[in-house]
Amino acid sequence: MKKQLVSFFALAGVALCCSAAPAAARDLTVVSWGGAYQDAQKEVYFGPFQKDTGVKMTDEPWDGGVGVLRAKVQGGNATWDVVQVESEELAIGCEEGLFEKLDWSKIGGKDAYLPSAVNDCGVGAIVYNFVLGYDGDKLKDGPKGWADFFDTKKFPGKRALRQGPKTNLEIALIADGVKPQDVYKVLATDEGVERAFKKLDTIKSDLIFWKAGAQPPQLLASGEVAMTSVYNGRIAAANEKDHKNFKVVWDGSLFTVDSWVVLKGSPNLTDAYKFLNYVGKAEVQKALPTKIAYGVTNKKAGDLIDPTILAGLPTAPKNMANVEKVDDAFWLENLDRLTERFNKWAAK
Amino acid sequence: MSNLGGASAPPADEVLSGSEIPLKTKLRRAERMRKITAFGLVAPLLVFVLVTFVVPIVTMLWRSVDDTELRHIMPHTIAALADWDGKDLPGEEAYRALAADLVVARENGTAIAVARRLNYDVNGMRTVIMNASRKADPNAESVKDSLIAQDSRWGQIETWGSIKRARGPLTDFYLLAALDMNRDAQGSLHATPPDHAIYVDVLIRTFRISLTVTILALVLGFPVAYLLATQPPKIANMLMILVLLPFWTSLLVRTAAWVVLLQNEGIVNNLLIWLGIIDKPLRLIYNAIGVHVAMTHVLLPFMILPLYSTMKAIKPHYMRAASSLGAPPTVAFIRVYLPQCLPGIAAGCLLVFILAIGYYITPALVGGAADQMLSYFIAFFVTDSVNWGMASALGAVLLGTTLALYAVYNRLVGGSGIKMG
Repeated sequence: MKKQLVSFFALAGVALCCSAAPAAARDLTVVSWGGAYQDAQKEVYFGPFQKDTGVKMTDEPWDGGVGVLRAKVQGGNATWDVVQVESEELAIGCEEGLFEKLDWSKIGGKDAYLPSAVNDCGVGAIVYNFVLGYDGDKLKDGPKGWADFFDTKKFPGKRALRQGPKTNLEIALIADGVKPQDVYKVLATDEGVERAFKKLDTIKSDLIFWKAGAQPPQLLASGEVAMTSVYNGRIAAANEKDHKNFKVVWDGSLFTVDSWVVLKGSPNLTDAYKFLNYVGKAEVQKALPTKIAYGVTNKKAGDLIDPTILAGLPTAPKNMANVEKVDDAFWLENLDRLTERFNKWAAK
Repeated sequence: MSNLGGASAPPADEVLSGSEIPLKTKLRRAERMRKITAFGLVAPLLVFVLVTFVVPIVTMLWRSVDDTELRHIMPHTIAALADWDGKDLPGEEAYRALAADLVVARENGTAIAVARRLNYDVNGMRTVIMNASRKADPNAESVKDSLIAQDSRWGQIETWGSIKRARGPLTDFYLLAALDMNRDAQGSLHATPPDHAIYVDVLIRTFRISLTVTILALVLGFPVAYLLATQPPKIANMLMILVLLPFWTSLLVRTAAWVVLLQNEGIVNNLLIWLGIIDKPLRLIYNAIGVHVAMTHVLLPFMILPLYSTMKAIKPHYMRAASSLGAPPTVAFIRVYLPQCLPGIAAGCLLVFILAIGYYITPALVGGAADQMLSYFIAFFVTDSVNWGMASALGAVLLGTTLALYAVYNRLVGGSGIKMG
């Protein structure tokens, strides 16, 4: 991939120096998460975008972190234009004024996208879920939701959750009968937090905690745990690459959206809008899920995706029926205190 | 060098060289030149150490007490609170200054910095400040009433207490929080509520795990080092490779290997079941056992190598002499051999202990939620919560207690007793 990248940049460089047109100071620069994901984006988005619109662009990878964006914008003369960010970075950066406020009329209007993909400063790029995962070969009549996750009589064995309070308190409340859409309302109260920890108490001796996203599929594969919380993409990858029969439960899962943002003061604003408009189209987005198991954000894209692929995507209507978006505002405000509380609980 | 100058200087005093410059002066010059050269040779390393070690540590420590954000962004509010005693709500003047400061901060995009800083102290302040910065009107008839009407938290003394505590330029907030303490609006100290007081426990846990790992490494490493030092070179070299191979292997790989060995369906459990010793798998990982086993294994070479180099230097004649003088083997070992190993034991224990207290990734991967050490929380504050003040304060507490322990240890063992390699 590195080799490809080098030749890509070399080509872009040649194109830049030899193009006769008096272009802007530099080409539109789009930044995404690198790896297999960015390779898919290159094939589905970046290449066709340049061919169809005639706009020249380069792409770069990054590892996230709002500090990087802050440095780029506040340093002036930023070298990036369009960046894919996680929802937390979107929230912080928008409050700090690091991103352009989007003119939605230029990218197809707010109604064209899923409601959770619409933000003042960003437009959703992909949707992925935090789901209950289990091994279909070991549990033939598998769990139906988080309530079963907490039922150690019906489904004996250990369970794995992510280290820390984030997502676990939501899961505990949903298992305790709170509707996903009410979960943050309940969690905002002291009683709600108590209730979540009490629920976690019921399976405390059967819980183990993972740290890295690659761990849950490994825990399932080794038979260490019967069920785990896991990113849906990791399960899809394990099924495809390692020929596992892992299953996921979409009902009551938590989802999050990565968004495209335009850095404040971008000199390529017009081209940036052209890019966002292009990658927001249903007929363009429909190709992404064939490469990687993420949902896309245009409402109409679902109709254009092969039903067998769609069934395994977070954005399939059936899978989206009873889910909740991870509330970044809540976690930005409460992460420190609840992490302390969580560790106190764990040490008891 | 100094010996030469010191010994030969007095008689040289009377001897003058041809150019009338006293030999003493010449010697002194030569000495100075030599010192400058020596310093010149060391200088690159000195600069390197300063830039990459001393400066970052000082900056880190500074961050744990530095608190200038509010001072810059909300100068009028800070000034208006200068004489506030924290017993009752501040007057209208403070509310008006706050509204004016927040309106400016919102325009500059700095309100979020205030919101973030105050939220570290009092949970929920993030929303309170961001809402106020959107809605506050410094020209209202009574800013106090209108703010309290918008959000009842503006009518609470603790809200203002958090602003006053963040007035800077220096703060003890982070360091106190790292020791499970806090101040109220009037400035008196309190213990953190038990549900959130975790850092002292975590600090104790960190030292307890490190100490246990050090003792385990010593008990397991000592015989190996002895064997290495006493076997003929052919066998000793083979053994040495067995010690060094894991030492050269990546920490992550070794940690992952322990996961494979210790998990429920892992090799250790399967073997024990097959031998009929147990009938259902033991819990060996994702708990304290896993942490101790993996950390001891990873750190073992740091114990064996200093021990080996000390033992290698102990001449076998001493033991033979002790036996010939009538000491039974045990007595000879304890009274003759062991005291000569002390420098190696001291160095090995110190190395392993100091490396162990900074451990982060091994406990994160093979430990449970109750086995995380202080570095885990430092990493959490740096990467997840982006609360640098708190991360620095925890780092400062860890550094401080480690240095204090080192001082005690030095006293016990004696500075000259430690010999590295």
